[in-house]
Amino acid sequence: MPHSQEPHRLRRRVLQAAVAAGACALAPGLVSRAQAQSKLLVGVIYVGPKDDYGYNQAQAQAAAAMKKIPGVTVIEQEKVAETIDVQKVMASMIEQDGATLIFPTSFGYFDPHVLKVAERYPKVRFAHCGGLWTEGKHPKNTGSYFGYIDECQYLDGIVAGMTSKSKKLGFIAAKPIPQVLRNINAFTLGARSVDPSCTTRVIFTGDWSLPVKEAEAANTLIDQGVDVLTCHVDSPKVIVEGAERRGVYVCGYHASQATLAPKGYLTGAEWNWVTPYTEHVKAAQAGAPMKNFLRGGLKEGFVRTSPYGTSVSEATRKKADAVKADMMKSGFAIFKGPLKDNAGKTVINAGVAQQQTDPVLEQMNYLVDGVIGKI
Amino acid sequence: MSSARSDALAPDATLPDARVGEHVRAAAEAIAIPLGAIAVAMVLFGIFIALLGKNPLEVYELIYRGGFASAFAWQNSLARAAPLMLTALCVALPAQAGLMVIGAEGAVVLGALAAAVAGHALSGAPPFVDKTAMALSAMVVGGAWIAAAGALRQYRGVNETISSLLLTYIGIAVFNHLVEGVLRDPASLNKPSTHPIGTANMLGDFPMLDVHWGLGFGIIACIVAYVLVYRSTWGFGLRVVGGNARAARFVGLPVNRVVILACALGGAAAGLAGMAEVAAVHGSANASVIAGYGYAGILVAFIARQNPLAIIPVAVLFGGIAASGGMLQRRLDLSDAAVLVLQGIAFLTILGAESLYGRFRIFRTEASR
Repeated sequence: MPHSQEPHRLRRRVLQAAVAAGACALAPGLVSRAQAQSKLLVGVIYVGPKDDYGYNQAQAQAAAAMKKIPGVTVIEQEKVAETIDVQKVMASMIEQDGATLIFPTSFGYFDPHVLKVAERYPKVRFAHCGGLWTEGKHPKNTGSYFGYIDECQYLDGIVAGMTSKSKKLGFIAAKPIPQVLRNINAFTLGARSVDPSCTTRVIFTGDWSLPVKEAEAANTLIDQGVDVLTCHVDSPKVIVEGAERRGVYVCGYHASQATLAPKGYLTGAEWNWVTPYTEHVKAAQAGAPMKNFLRGGLKEGFVRTSPYGTSVSEATRKKADAVKADMMKSGFAIFKGPLKDNAGKTVINAGVAQQQTDPVLEQMNYLVDGVIGKI
Repeated sequence: MSSARSDALAPDATLPDARVGEHVRAAAEAIAIPLGAIAVAMVLFGIFIALLGKNPLEVYELIYRGGFASAFAWQNSLARAAPLMLTALCVALPAQAGLMVIGAEGAVVLGALAAAVAGHALSGAPPFVDKTAMALSAMVVGGAWIAAAGALRQYRGVNETISSLLLTYIGIAVFNHLVEGVLRDPASLNKPSTHPIGTANMLGDFPMLDVHWGLGFGIIACIVAYVLVYRSTWGFGLRVVGGNARAARFVGLPVNRVVILACALGGAAAGLAGMAEVAAVHGSANASVIAGYGYAGILVAFIARQNPLAIIPVAVLFGGIAASGGMLQRRLDLSDAAVLVLQGIAFLTILGAESLYGRFRIFRTEASR
């Protein structure tokens, strides 16, 4: 993180603080000064470093955009564990800094941590990423926001399927949980929609941030003849760099990793968290009720795809853009019958189309036909 | 460390008055040297902060405010200190027997798993029974895990530092395998967890405090461990074994049994930390329990010079630094890594200051001058 500060300002700050330290109890805190200028203080909490080229960076980008909204001050804390740590950080933001809207951005923060702290501070709003807020079960001052990023994964799959020469695609995933399976399946369905001979090889690493295992998985897949990689881990950095070094294509995830692979980066599935962040800030500023359940896809501006890389052909761009245009209208279903899993069992009957809002999609427990791997 | 042990083992040929004076001087030295080292660390950290273009005085003020300036800050520090006391004991107790065990993390996660399984199995029983069963099963599993490292060393000559670390990797893999496999609650969709133990079986907070009972466990365990090590016959034998195992064997001490029991007690403390995580914080066992408390405990134990009583204030200091680290991030936009730099500098200066024991005249008794 850059910490640039002009020398004369620094000198002034030193003098100020020296005076302040002399009268320690009266020392004006940074935030109390900031509070005087603004009405809403927002706290954002990250589970990893906020410059991780991935999950946390996507949230931090939205936090940076939120700072530009008039009347909003943002405070941030990174690398906060999903333990008593996050409970204390939320309480500190409220008690010590005066935050009234908090974005605890890691999935694991919600139950029990956010629920516990939210009960203690009923006037503070807690907007959590990824959780499944349930009416009557969860406090009114909490809410969850999430995006249908499988739409971008489907588009990634189209680009991957049309660009691949070996028709072998690789997916490096953290854990076989519904959110991850939905991404693997959407990516595979997208690829097979343009070329049914495409297959996706999956490796589960076992956890959200295991750079060494992720790099090994990337090499293993490339050795098997995979020529387009993608992933669902917290930071795709080593996978994208590894793909570029080995000369294969790669689709990004969470945030854009285009700068890490100028040759091989095709496109990517990115969060656009500024949309739900702005909605929550506006509701808080207006004193409107908490938005308990926010979901959206490409159409609602919750997710977006990275700009196409130089390796993506004109025909591929056209095809992907056409499907994207379909998605921007309502009614496009990625998961529709007849659909079989990779063991031959029918998982969606013919004639059934599961729309994005269908809660059954949030409980996905299968890998579709064309995925080589086991849960 | 060795100096502390040999001091305590020295025969008491001196008169009672002189002994008291010696104790006071030794205690003063044991407090003054680490405090001095922390002061040096703060100055070095201040230089580092100035290089980053921030004001060190402001940073010092925020460290104080974030960790120790108010009742809220104290509760923040204490809640973070609770698990560290127990995991530090997992290092300090085997260290008294001359072993360097660094595998507390494995005992924490498996203790947590055992507690979650027992807590769910007995969730219909009265809460007191359920809580006791959780604590006992966590301590048994954690104790057995570290005792295995001790036994491997005593009977097979396997280096306990390496084996306890490797056992941690195995423990975490077993934990993940079971939590994401047979023990998984099917309702835990995107965060694989064991079945919840139920709200009635949760450990609450201290009255009037926002600190859970894990802190009570930690403080009691440290005091009990201190009494055991420094005020009991068994503890005397333990320190003899730690000082010179061959001599201990020669005088007829059951060295293997003493070493393995010390490991088991340390492991039981770490297992109890895992139980507190499940019963006071998470309500079930899941990957969030693997939070690195076992590794942080190593630092705490070393800075406390493996003295169980000293672990309490050192753990609180660590909790305070963690609490104020957040404040530095929020107020000054410092990265988390900057706070790690402070921890690293403090650790190095305190360990470096080990060599200063006995060098200052004012801490020496008349006899030893």
